[in-house]
Amino acid sequence: MSMTRHTFLMNPPRGRLGWGTTWLWGIGAAIFLAWSAEGAQISLHNLASGIPYMWDFLTRMLPPNWAFIERLWGPALESLQVAVWGTILGVALALPVCFFAARNLSPHPVVFQAMRQILNAMRGINEIILALIFVAAIGLGPFAGVLALAVHGAGMLGKFFAEAIEDIDEGPLEAFRSAGVGRFKMILFGVLPQVLPAWLGTIFYRLETNVRQATVLGMVGAGGIGFELVSSMKLFKYQDTAMCILVILALVLLADLFSSRVRAMIR
Amino acid sequence: MIEIKGLAKSYGERRVLKNVDLSVQAGEFLVVLGPSGAGKSTLLRCVNGLIPLDRGEIVIDGRTVRTAELGRREARRPTAMIFQHHNLVKRLSVLKNVLVGRMPGMSSLLALLQIFPAADVEQAMACLRRVELEHKAQVRGDQISGGEQQRVGIARALAQEPAVILADEPVASLDPKTARTVLGYLKRICKDTGIAVICNLHQVDYAVEFGERIVGLSDGAVVFDGAPERLSAEIVHRIYPGLEDPGIARVLRFQGGRQGAADIALAARA
Repeated sequence: MSMTRHTFLMNPPRGRLGWGTTWLWGIGAAIFLAWSAEGAQISLHNLASGIPYMWDFLTRMLPPNWAFIERLWGPALESLQVAVWGTILGVALALPVCFFAARNLSPHPVVFQAMRQILNAMRGINEIILALIFVAAIGLGPFAGVLALAVHGAGMLGKFFAEAIEDIDEGPLEAFRSAGVGRFKMILFGVLPQVLPAWLGTIFYRLETNVRQATVLGMVGAGGIGFELVSSMKLFKYQDTAMCILVILALVLLADLFSSRVRAMIR
Repeated sequence: MIEIKGLAKSYGERRVLKNVDLSVQAGEFLVVLGPSGAGKSTLLRCVNGLIPLDRGEIVIDGRTVRTAELGRREARRPTAMIFQHHNLVKRLSVLKNVLVGRMPGMSSLLALLQIFPAADVEQAMACLRRVELEHKAQVRGDQISGGEQQRVGIARALAQEPAVILADEPVASLDPKTARTVLGYLKRICKDTGIAVICNLHQVDYAVEFGERIVGLSDGAVVFDGAPERLSAEIVHRIYPGLEDPGIARVLRFQGGRQGAADIALAARA
C-alpha cells in the first residue's frame, strides 16, 4: 500500500468560538453521562458477580415445562383479545380528536394546541400505570387492560393520525372549497383517501405494540398471560416461567410478522 | 354576464390587485395574460371567494354574489375553478372527482355510505363525456396521464353548472401538444354551453390562438383589454416589463407584425 496524503475536511461549527463550541459540548456531555452512570449505579463489578446467579436462574428454568402450555392457551388468547379491543377503542377515541389536532384542519390554533396537549397527556402515562388505575376503578380483569391500552393508544394514534393529515396535498382541498363543498364531505372525500394508507399502517403498528403490552398487563391484574408469568415466579416454578416467556415471545413475533405483512401490502 | 367592479386586494403592504374592472360575456373565452406575480391567480381566487376581497364586487347576471363583506360557501357555486396542478384526489376514482362539483347540497350521511343521487352521477358522466373520458370513470385519479387529469379537472368544474369557469394556468405543467388539446376542450365547452371562461395564461402564443379577448394584467392593474388582433409587440412589452424577446412579434396577429397567424401554423406543421 502506498502512502497517500490525506486532508482533514470539516467545517468548524458556526459562531465565535469555532471548535471551542465542540469542546464545550463534549465536556458537558461527558459530565452528564458520568453523573447519570453514578445515579444509575452502573457497575461492572456487580454485573460480574451476578453472573453465577443468572446462570443458576437459567438452569432452574430449563427445560421449560412443556405440559404447562395447556394452562397458557386461555390467558394467551385473552392477551390477544385485549390487544384487539384495546386497538379498536383506541382508534375510536383518536378519530374524533385527530382532525382538531392537525394544524391544517384545526379551526383555531388554540384548539390545535389544546388537542395536542390532551393527546400528549394520554400518551404520557404508561400502560401499566393506566391499568393500575382502571383495575382500581372497575375491578380486576381484562377489561381494565382494554381501557388502559385504549387510552394510551389513542394518545399515540391521535398524534400520528393528525401528523398524516398535516402531510397531505392541500391542492384537492382547495378544489373542494372552491366548489363550496362543506367540511364533512371535504374530509370524507378529500382528506380520508389521502391519509388512509398511513392510518392503516399506524393502526397495525399499534396493534403489534398492544399485543406486546397485553402480555404484561396481567402483572397488575388487568388480564392476559402476564398473570401466569408473575404467579409462576412467585411460586418459584421457574420451568413454568420459561414456558410463559416462550409463549409471550411467540405471540409478539407473530404479531410483528402479521403487522409488517399487512403494512407492506398497504404500500 | 360576469362583472368585476373595483376589485382590490392587498397582502399586508403589498397591493396585489389595484382597482380591477373586468367583464366577460356568457360564452366568451377571455384570456388573462401577465407575468408571475401580476395578480392573475389572486384575481380568480377573489372572484371565486377562496380569498376574501378587500374592496369591490362581483356581479353575475345582474345579481351581486360577492362584495367585500361576503364570502359564503353557497356563493361559490356559480364560479368554478380549474387549477394548474388539477387538484384531483389521486386515490379517488375519476367519477368521484367529478362528483365533487355536485357535492354541495348532497346528504352527508348518504355520502358517508358512498351513495349518490342518480341524477348527479348521470350529470357527472355527461361532463366526462364532454371531455371524452367516459371510459375512465372508474379509474383512479393517479392512473391517468397529466392531460387527462386536467380534462377531469374541466369536467369537475363543468359539473358545478357554473356561470363562469375560472382557469388558473390550466396548462402550465403540460407539454405543448397536450396543452393545446386541453385548451381545445375548454374552448369547445365554452362555445357549446355558453359558460364564460376566464383563463389565466402566461404563454402569449396560446393567448393569441385561443383567446377571443385578451386582458393584460401587470402589477395588479389592467394594462390592456381587447381583441387578440390588437395585441402588438409594444403592448406585450408593457404587460411583461423588461421582456427581452425580439421574436415575440412572430406569434402575434397584430397587423404590424411581420408574420400572420397562418404562417405560424405552417411553421408549426413543418
